[in-house]
Amino acid sequence: MPAPTCSSCHAARAALRRPRSGQALCGSCFCAAFEAEVLHTVLAGRLLPPGAVVAVGASGGKDSTVLAHVLRELAPRLGITLHLVAVDEGIGGYRDAALEAVSSQAARWELPLTIVAYADLFGGWTMDAVARSTAGSGRSRSCCTFCGVLRRRALEEGARLVGATHIVTGHNADDMAETVLMNFLRGDAGRLARGGGLGSAGEGCALPRCRPLQFASQKEVVLYAHFRRLRYFSEECVYAPEAFRGHARDLLKRLEAARPSAVLDLVHSAERLALAPAARPPPPGTCSRCGALASHTLCQACALLDGLNRGLPRLAIGKGRRVLQAKPPLAGNPSQAIGDPVALQGPCTCEQSRDGASPCRDGGDCAGATCVVPSDLSATE
Amino acid sequence: MCQAGEDYAGSAQREPPPVPRPSREQKCVKCAEGLPVVVIRAGDAFCRSCFKAFYVHKFRAMLGKNRLIFPGEKVLLAWSGGPSSSSMVWQVLEGLSQDSAKRLRFVPGVIYVDEGAVYGQSLKDREKTLAEVKPILQSTGFPWHVVALEEVFSLPPSVLCCASQESAGTEEAYKTAVDSFLQQQHVLEVKGYATPAQGEDQPHPPHSQEPLGMAGSPTAAQTEALSRLFSSIRTLTAKEELLQTLRTHLIVHVARTHGYCKVMTGESCTRLAIKLMTNLALGRGAFLAWDTGFSDERHGDVVLVRPMRDYTLKEVAFYNHLFGVPSVFTPAIDTKAPEKASIHRLMEAFILRLQTLFPSTVSTVYRTSEKLVKAPRDGCATGPSGPNCLLCMCTLDIDTADSATAFGAQSSSHLSQMLPAEAGMPTPPCCGAGEGQAQSCHRGVSRRGDVQACIIEQLCYGCRVNMKDLPSLDPLPPYVLAEAQLRSQRAWVSREIQEYLITDDDEEEEEESGAEPGHTQPCKAIKQEGENTGIGL
Repeated sequence: MPAPTCSSCHAARAALRRPRSGQALCGSCFCAAFEAEVLHTVLAGRLLPPGAVVAVGASGGKDSTVLAHVLRELAPRLGITLHLVAVDEGIGGYRDAALEAVSSQAARWELPLTIVAYADLFGGWTMDAVARSTAGSGRSRSCCTFCGVLRRRALEEGARLVGATHIVTGHNADDMAETVLMNFLRGDAGRLARGGGLGSAGEGCALPRCRPLQFASQKEVVLYAHFRRLRYFSEECVYAPEAFRGHARDLLKRLEAARPSAVLDLVHSAERLALAPAARPPPPGTCSRCGALASHTLCQACALLDGLNRGLPRLAIGKGRRVLQAKPPLAGNPSQAIGDPVALQGPCTCEQSRDGASPCRDGGDCAGATCVVPSDLSATE
Repeated sequence: MCQAGEDYAGSAQREPPPVPRPSREQKCVKCAEGLPVVVIRAGDAFCRSCFKAFYVHKFRAMLGKNRLIFPGEKVLLAWSGGPSSSSMVWQVLEGLSQDSAKRLRFVPGVIYVDEGAVYGQSLKDREKTLAEVKPILQSTGFPWHVVALEEVFSLPPSVLCCASQESAGTEEAYKTAVDSFLQQQHVLEVKGYATPAQGEDQPHPPHSQEPLGMAGSPTAAQTEALSRLFSSIRTLTAKEELLQTLRTHLIVHVARTHGYCKVMTGESCTRLAIKLMTNLALGRGAFLAWDTGFSDERHGDVVLVRPMRDYTLKEVAFYNHLFGVPSVFTPAIDTKAPEKASIHRLMEAFILRLQTLFPSTVSTVYRTSEKLVKAPRDGCATGPSGPNCLLCMCTLDIDTADSATAFGAQSSSHLSQMLPAEAGMPTPPCCGAGEGQAQSCHRGVSRRGDVQACIIEQLCYGCRVNMKDLPSLDPLPPYVLAEAQLRSQRAWVSREIQEYLITDDDEEEEEESGAEPGHTQPCKAIKQEGENTGIGL
């Protein structure tokens, strides 16, 4: 069967069927439509006012690559200045490769790039060190919990460093849909109540952040990258297989196969969820240690680091938080964080952690999955 | 509807009275005397009588806590033949036969909807099922109604109107109702009436003999129309949704015509958790509290109630097994369908699988659902009197076509798509700019008699997505089409007289005019940008 002609320009041969509508389009019409839709989201949602200095959270993965490319195309019309900000989590064998991809992108597009490292920001803690530390604490599923919280903080710091007024991240519709599924499965009413919008307007001292790709499904993002011949880094994080998100992601893929609009339907549901006022979290205050936005006395990043420094990594997660609130953290020791994190642990923890970390690394390398984007959508601080 | 429970029933049936493992000298956790027969939660072994007390208490507590069912009220029990609804009918039966202090005080009836035509069952098979169903209905002694789903083709359009009801849900109203009921009963007792026998001694003959007002068996033409409608639907997901919608309309109609104020459905906690996640994926996020809460007042005068929502399927299956609750197996629309055939099946399989890995999954989802409220989310309120969806009867949850939402992104996709290619085209298709044009466009649609478009416009987000799986809306039952026509005419007439009306609430107008530039501005902007795109790219 010969390929149909593009239903938009009626001239070129169609090169794809849009996952969203089933429409047959040629490559350039699809890319133009994709860009127009992102533009529409930014304008209709009033996300980025003219004159904004926008920090693009760049991981080197497909979503942030596409986001940076689209925004670069739209930048003259929106009147915004772009600045790539990449975060070095310190994950050996994974992040260094991704960062190379980011810097080559930045060079090609002639965009300024700033890299902020966990090791510099968080007193020497890299994700590899965190993983070693958490692996000894029984359940080792919390790598992404640490990484998500810390990355969010790192991005904020990086954006301030470059003098940005806005932060954009590459979260797509699939990420949003997974998050709403996951929050229901975990019973996280607070996040369900907060989530749903296109981002936060920047309450308190936090910079406004938004997700211009929120209505683009992952498939469309990949198609755009394909037709624009964008090169991106597509390997799953070595710690990702441990995440609970995997269940939600798997379900979403099946739902999408059964009904292509399921992803956007979930996003619509998330936008419309109405929770009882009691389920909504109180307005955030500021962290007593670092001054960032926080819903408790300590922001989640400080609380996690505090736990790590004390050798009790689960202190700020789940039920551990109660202990943390009962016993206020040791006064005035943020400087203590600097130093070799592993040295703070007992020797037996080290042994366990190596055992715990190795199988997941093996699993991660062979998994050919793609998403490397920060997972935590809602404000945790 | 509740196949998942079947596994448990099946495995338990091998040994009629499950014998506790003799190795453990375990006693019932409640009475510390009886021999435990069932372990509901890890470590909690119940003896037979304590399990029964626990189960019965849950049912009564659910009704008592919510105080929604007034004494003497007529309540229609929706019975599908499955384990949960059978258990519910049984609970009501037991509750009515108890001694006076603890007796349930409402007047029940049972309805069974014969959906055989949807599954393509032959008349013979359907009769066979009915032959199983009817003795069970008769044995309850309640007035009962067996209704074929084909009846939806003779429903009046008024089914889709939300009949308003005076708010009687307050605590005081309940108390006065209880008092007056007790007084009344006292009078009756003085007169020598045997009140406790209401359920058994006074079967309403017209009801139990032949379903009142409904033809005994559907006509062949209606059966054909129904199976044509369902076979035209492209996906199992949409079939399932439409079936639920039509079934609800039919049950509500029967309840209305026979004076029932409440309809009880037997959805268990497990079922509701699955339904919640399913509806989330179907884009019904705005209505989760309506779809899964204890009470559902969207139909106005007839309130749907879900008294079984505290039971897990496991509890239901064990109770039914231990106490011999009769149920009938009827194939459902997704029976034998592969897991990936529909959103419903996928979500059911997913939740049940996750439940085996994380045993708190169902209860977590269920508890989260209790934090949802029926009022629309702040910022997307359409007002309590906003238009309702033609099919599911919830307040419409759609945004303006060009807003930065999932709906806006989908509805404007054709718009932004066309622009780069057809730069300079002056008129974007329908609803492109502002209210005024959109309205005139609506009017044009209804004048042209384009029923399809005018129905779609009256649907909520989720129902719109479902109706996309129907190649044509013409085979829908006449009452839906007629009501759609009526509503669009009414809307047109009210728009016609709008400018002559003097209203004193300027708030609304302000809101509208305030919202308009916000929505139209980006749209105009994108039009320009789109033109630029056409040239620039």
